Amino acid sequence: MPLVSNKHPLAIRWFHWVNFPVLAGMIWSGLLIYWANGIYRVGVGGHTLFHFFPDGFYKRLHVPQRLAEGMAWHFALMWLFAINGVLYVLYTVFSGEWRYLLPDRRSFKDAWLVTLHDLHLGKTLPPQRKYNGAQRIAYSLVVVMGAGSLATGLAIYKPTQLAWLTHWLGGYEWARWEHFWLTIGYLGFFLIHVAQVARAGWNNFRSMVAGYERVPPPSVNEVRDAPEP
Amino acid sequence: MPQSHDVKAGPPRQTEASDDEIKRRGRRGFLASALAVGGGYGVWHWLGTRRRDDGIPWPLRRALETNESIARDFQAPAHRAAEIAAGTAPPNPRLNGDIGLQSRVDSASWRLNVAGLASGNGTASLSMDDLLALPVTRMSTRLCCIEGWSIWVNWGGVRYSDFLRRYPSATRSGEPADAGQRPHDLYDYVAMATPDGDYYVGLDVASVIHPQTLLAYEIDGAPLTAAHGAPLRLVIPSKYGVKNIKRIGSIRYTGVRPADYWAQQGYDWYCGI
Repeated sequence: MPLVSNKHPLAIRWFHWVNFPVLAGMIWSGLLIYWANGIYRVGVGGHTLFHFFPDGFYKRLHVPQRLAEGMAWHFALMWLFAINGVLYVLYTVFSGEWRYLLPDRRSFKDAWLVTLHDLHLGKTLPPQRKYNGAQRIAYSLVVVMGAGSLATGLAIYKPTQLAWLTHWLGGYEWARWEHFWLTIGYLGFFLIHVAQVARAGWNNFRSMVAGYERVPPPSVNEVRDAPEP
Repeated sequence: MPQSHDVKAGPPRQTEASDDEIKRRGRRGFLASALAVGGGYGVWHWLGTRRRDDGIPWPLRRALETNESIARDFQAPAHRAAEIAAGTAPPNPRLNGDIGLQSRVDSASWRLNVAGLASGNGTASLSMDDLLALPVTRMSTRLCCIEGWSIWVNWGGVRYSDFLRRYPSATRSGEPADAGQRPHDLYDYVAMATPDGDYYVGLDVASVIHPQTLLAYEIDGAPLTAAHGAPLRLVIPSKYGVKNIKRIGSIRYTGVRPADYWAQQGYDWYCGI
């Protein structure tokens, strides 16, 4: 009989798939808010390479003049985002899943080898348990980013009531800047994550939906060529 | 579904399963996901199509009000907005908002009409000289616009709590207002409007008696310009800029939540920051 690996517990799948639409909603409502004062750019000195965001981008997505709507959704969805995130962290702590997720001493070297391998620049793929070093770093970092979004979000939401937090994050204007760039960070994470899931294939994707993964039969000199995202 | 992991030992637990069983588990997983996606879409669609309550679906309005209740529970005079040394903000701050400022105003004939006072018939009509007779407070605080930008501004005027001490409002108990000793005896709300009534804000009284709330008549050490809200405007750094009403014509103490210009257009009524 074939072997299956019971890869993702139901709780983790639940947290993952609840987070996806909730975070998408936070980013979308955040964009409706950001439009009202869209000042950030990437540039060198006075020269702007890219402005967040061009007018055409807003118009195409029907973003303009929806600040009130964006704020209403943002400050309702924030509860779901925070509660889901806190429950996820608590779950990983108490279930022991954190052992798969936290980077350890080897992770950084492993992550380098995995990156070279995935870019077709290297041949060796370090042995992995549930996640490889690159995944451990990415999945831990995104949780830290989530906590960062919560902290910077609160700092700009209540700069008087939580003045200590706003101060600690560099002040109101910096906290807003940090909140924005964390969001751009999620979009970067999302692109790489989806590309890696596509690369890893159906067996891996199914494990985040149904929980299990088929274990490939062992073969001589087999190197698993696709790390699971 | 079997979920147990032997996390300490290494890879997730492996079990044997027949091809049929594997297919069955897959089908079950995707069916459950399809239901979850449908349910999620249903909730989102339901929320978006609810009756509007001042411009937004009522469940979102309730969410904003819940956030307000939590914020008001934690509200304290000790929570101060950031300040820089008085007078050190860059001069000529950005201008925004001119609703209620369309007609001309003359400081000499301007009157501040106050209703809901403890004394006499409960009303007073105050001149600029009445306000100038009160102690002046100068401070430089950040004005945070609801749009996202913020500016430091050098303000000067009467601390609202000083104004309330001189002109006490009526209270629930009937005693004259004493914001310091009996803040809960005050009526919950304060309504302010421009003389023409075109712009109006509703405020919770705790935010109004906060030590950083001013009835301001100076900007950058000089009398307010018309565009900045001459002769008297509200400065309330614990709220977004929209609550910092310019050219106040009337103040009214009330137990009923007052209407608010921007809240009627989909924004949060409380706007506390």
